[in-house]
Amino acid sequence: MTLLSIEGLGISFGGVRAVHDVSFGVRPGEIVSVIGPNGAGKTTLFNMISGVYQPGAGKVVLEGEDVTAMSPHLLARRGMCRTFQNLQVFQTMTVLENVISGYHLQESGSVLADLLNLPASRRRARAAEEGARALLGRVGLERAAEREAGSLSYGSLKRLEIARAMALKPKVLLLDEPAAGCNAVETEEIDHLIAEIAASGVAILLVEHDMKMVMRISNHIVVLDHGEKIAEGDPASVSRNPAVIAAYLGAEDAAG
Amino acid sequence: MRLTVKSATLLGLVALIALAPLFFPSGFYYRVGALIFVNGLAVTGIVILTGWAGQISLGHAGFAGIGAYACALAPVHWGLHPALAVVLGAGVSAVLAWLVGRPILRLKGYYLAVASLGMGILISMVLNNERALTRGPDGIEVAELGLRAVLKDAGLELSNGQFWYFLCGLVLLAGAWLALNLHDSPTGRALRALHGSEVAARTVGMDVARLKLQAFVISAVYASVSGSLLALQNKFITPDVAGFMHSVEMVTMAVLGGVGSVFGAIFGAAVLTLLPQVLTVFAEYEQLVLGAVMVLVMIFLREGVVPSILRKIRGGGE
Repeated sequence: MTLLSIEGLGISFGGVRAVHDVSFGVRPGEIVSVIGPNGAGKTTLFNMISGVYQPGAGKVVLEGEDVTAMSPHLLARRGMCRTFQNLQVFQTMTVLENVISGYHLQESGSVLADLLNLPASRRRARAAEEGARALLGRVGLERAAEREAGSLSYGSLKRLEIARAMALKPKVLLLDEPAAGCNAVETEEIDHLIAEIAASGVAILLVEHDMKMVMRISNHIVVLDHGEKIAEGDPASVSRNPAVIAAYLGAEDAAG
Repeated sequence: MRLTVKSATLLGLVALIALAPLFFPSGFYYRVGALIFVNGLAVTGIVILTGWAGQISLGHAGFAGIGAYACALAPVHWGLHPALAVVLGAGVSAVLAWLVGRPILRLKGYYLAVASLGMGILISMVLNNERALTRGPDGIEVAELGLRAVLKDAGLELSNGQFWYFLCGLVLLAGAWLALNLHDSPTGRALRALHGSEVAARTVGMDVARLKLQAFVISAVYASVSGSLLALQNKFITPDVAGFMHSVEMVTMAVLGGVGSVFGAIFGAAVLTLLPQVLTVFAEYEQLVLGAVMVLVMIFLREGVVPSILRKIRGGGE
């Protein structure tokens, strides 16, 4: 059974086809990676799935419901959450507050109760804080809880963003280059974290440049080139696929 | 540490309100103090809207005007008790803020500043021109609140200045308490979050437009109550209360003291309320000095006076 299915998704910018007719599905507990050379349309695809861009064609279906172009906060309510390639952390808030904000849907209630500091409001806030501390422990940031998020290292911020997304208890987690800019140790930590989240039954959709990481943790790989799907399958078959090899070598030639 | 921001602010305010009169050379300073508290209340609302939610309003004096004229008109025309007129004004302001904010706050960017500017000017024009109702630019008298007489009967005799000083002080305390509650609550956290990154706020399920609207409505109520208190203690009000300069003054006070901090904003209100009193000797230069102070603060203490100093103290202590 497919949790998230992408059906013929496409978009054009000023007449240029950025993504064209891409389809695939993600099942619970499965890690699906989208790879491709720079400019292949991976992030554009991600932005369409997560409601940032409105697709020109195709559908995004979550648990049988058409959620195409639905606003990100409504997608969050339905169990889809994402992280960002260029980090979207609440810089001036503490690390703990960042994760607590991930509990927003669970902890928010009447504004009046919040203004008056009623027991109901305090109870909601306390539950969220306990959950957030536990999550910080899971990503190894418990000792940085009271620090301002802006002061963390890049790798820590990546983990913080994942912890915040996990606070939503998502069914589908979209990770946009979670290991970008991280060193080998940090990449391995994130690697373990992703595998752990998937093992708990969350469907994971991943965009990543680090091929070793992708080959190691993915169950299924979708390859994009020039906005189109050129291959799909398990890591072993994809890495042997001539079209994939050509796309990557071609991209390297162009870059060199 | 987390408890101290709230309790330190509240304790500081209580101490200030209670102890300041010991140093007053004359009864006149009760009046200045009451004015500081009234402005502090409006500016606390600006902290919620601008300091936390990151939205800018240039028409908040319009809400102060509604609060003030509710106290002037409702008791005369509908026989409403002045205290209830305060509530009525707050209600009207809240509804108006909701109506103006709802379509505007769906948009990204600084549309609220422009829309609220227009709204403030409109309210000011209505107050100036609807002479049959508001008596226009000459102003209108406001009914006596009557609470001082009640207190006198109960054995507590206060001069007019003292009464308004302590009443406005108490209302400011209540306003600061509510704002500080909000800061650490789920709603307050969400407001600060969307200020940091709207994209991330949406991603974690925050209804950004709705949260901004809540902040706008709450801050409108603060401004309205502040306008009501001003009208009631002066027993007279002119449309200037809703004027553009008053809106700018509110934002300036908040930015000067520290728009992210309740205590800072009240400090800013105190400075900018006192300054004209001090500068009466060279009244022509008042605007000049004000402008210079603002420029210097923006260059050297960008977060505002109080947060910048606190940061220096904390940084030096480590």
